[in-house]
Amino acid sequence: MSSIKIYVPRDSAALALGADEVAAAIATQARQRGLQIELVRNGSRGMFWLEPLVEVETPAGRMAYGPVQPDDVAGLFDAGLHTGGPHALSLGLTDNIDYLRRQERLTFARMGITDPVSLADYQAHEGYAGLRKALQLQPGEVVQQVLDSGLRGRGGAAFPAGIKWKTVAAAQLPQGERRAVPSRTAPPPEGDTAEGRGGEPFLQKYVVCNADEGDSGTFSDRMTMEGDPFMLIEGMTIAALATGATRGYIYVRSEYPHAIQTLNEAISNATAAGFLGDSVLGSGRAFHLEVRKGAGSYVCGEETAMLESIEGKRGVVRAKPPIPALKGLFGQPTVINNVITFASVPIILARGAAFYANYGVGRSKGTLPIQLAGNIKHGGLVEKAFGVTLRELMMDYGGGTASGRPIKAVQVGGPLGAYVPEAQWDLPMDYEGWAAVGATVGHGGIVVHDDTADLAKLARYAMEFCAVESCGKCTPCRIGSTRGVEVIDRITRGENRPQQVKLLRDLCDTMVNGSLCAMGGMTPFPVLSALNHYPQDFGLSNPDRKAA
Amino acid sequence: MTSKTAEAAQHTIRRVLDEKRHMPGALLPILHAIQDALGHVPAHAVAPIAEALNLSRAEVHGVITYYHHFRSESAKGPVVQVCRAEACQSMGGEALWAHACGKAKGADVTLEPVYCLGLCATAPAMSIDDKPYARVGATKFDHLLAQLKEAA
Repeated sequence: MSSIKIYVPRDSAALALGADEVAAAIATQARQRGLQIELVRNGSRGMFWLEPLVEVETPAGRMAYGPVQPDDVAGLFDAGLHTGGPHALSLGLTDNIDYLRRQERLTFARMGITDPVSLADYQAHEGYAGLRKALQLQPGEVVQQVLDSGLRGRGGAAFPAGIKWKTVAAAQLPQGERRAVPSRTAPPPEGDTAEGRGGEPFLQKYVVCNADEGDSGTFSDRMTMEGDPFMLIEGMTIAALATGATRGYIYVRSEYPHAIQTLNEAISNATAAGFLGDSVLGSGRAFHLEVRKGAGSYVCGEETAMLESIEGKRGVVRAKPPIPALKGLFGQPTVINNVITFASVPIILARGAAFYANYGVGRSKGTLPIQLAGNIKHGGLVEKAFGVTLRELMMDYGGGTASGRPIKAVQVGGPLGAYVPEAQWDLPMDYEGWAAVGATVGHGGIVVHDDTADLAKLARYAMEFCAVESCGKCTPCRIGSTRGVEVIDRITRGENRPQQVKLLRDLCDTMVNGSLCAMGGMTPFPVLSALNHYPQDFGLSNPDRKAA
Repeated sequence: MTSKTAEAAQHTIRRVLDEKRHMPGALLPILHAIQDALGHVPAHAVAPIAEALNLSRAEVHGVITYYHHFRSESAKGPVVQVCRAEACQSMGGEALWAHACGKAKGADVTLEPVYCLGLCATAPAMSIDDKPYARVGATKFDHLLAQLKEAA
């Protein structure tokens, strides 16, 4: 008798809802009933209201059951779980679930389907097709593919990935520059390049993945690292081949222990199979990849602070220029992209730039894995082409609030993103179109609040968070955030309100224009949008949009 | 600390330094390894780390105190982290935090705020020694705390 394949996710959101206990109960029940099963710990499909989501392979396809608790398992087996039998928790064929069927999953095509650390599974689902294609091309042609795809940085800044790669690929040692004496922080890695010894010029390019996903309401990076890590590894390897980098780092926040563990497992499997190492797939070109663990600093998600942290220093922001593409990690040319940016690259190479660029609107090409979070009924991961609206996402996919109350506010793009009022919910998602109305796409995180939310409190929280997490290098952020908390307190207490509102706007102006990075430069976005769209929460009777 | 455990700690620090001092940007990996082994980064680790990496003690101390993750004293009991970020706030995270603060007093746990565990679609979220928990209300919190007491 061949064994029955049963899937129970290992994604941390599923674990947080009891997936390990469910998996253990399934194993016990199967043993007691003398059934031979193969338990696969897959990634999550991204429908978190149904987690733990158990799937069973049947001749008709994978059947889903959820949300399953350990106590349900015996009943599920009684109902014939192992043959896809009907049960109160039965959701039918997974592929037919509306939430999934209506998505355009390009990057997340394998998510929840494969065993995250199985190379065989990965390759059976188009994995490493992109890298194999890249190995047939010249590095310049690979960069051109990424340029033509229109892929922009998915971390928030939306800078064209191809331009960054081109800059790193073209980076040369300045005329006459000699290699610096190996510094205590940057010993030239052993055996990397033949040149660069004995005072000769030394150029070591790096590929660094920013996996410091600290924004509340975002979890697509975490899902990628836990549910399909080879996709990230493949994207980084392609970036290395395209730019001439031989070393890479993935900087993961310490709050993501499961992601770190899964990545390390995947890197070790990829290295053992020759996808990483001294000669990637026998090409003679090296790429070594390593995970670096952060230490609980939000601002290390800013790329230059992250570089400092990898170098072993305090995560303090660097002034730009020089840009990291020319002087990045250890002062060397460095490609820095976010997890989803790298993860989008394999399919671009495998299917061609035109395929990817065919999705999206305007200058926002391709798809975005959007995260529905907060007070929402059907929270999860929705990958759609640009052009989708907030209302579609929150209502058609999200099903409104979890509390059943009306939506009052929605924050898009993380703690530094604006609160978007209902008047803008029908605007197609697009970097330029949204920027024009003061909204940010950011990392695609959407946090929904119902009508019990106090926007003055949330605005105060934004300033408070900035005060806690500011690296302290620049004054507008370090001091402005603390002053911001005080001013908002005075406004809500009703102390000299009109004057304090003017002061708050002045302060925000200083922070926006005078901060070194997005931490201080964007904290005013949630604050001002709350003030502009919800003045009543600040005790302002008249809409104060044009005040002062 | 008895002299025997002090000696063991010194030995651990030596071993970590020997293993990792040649890594590029070795300081954070060294601090993580020491904290993973000893539960904290003791004050007496600063000098040997500084010496091994050719840094000043002030630089090492500055890095340890900059990052929220590193602790100079071991945590008391299990570390309970409750998320206070926006997505969890939208689902009653602040009430959970207030409840947790009340309950943690007198219990043998270390309660800390955390800003996002990436469980934002199943808020409010928390973790106990890196094990994640989602949709945590006051009842579930009390249940988890009682389990910890039982296990202790």
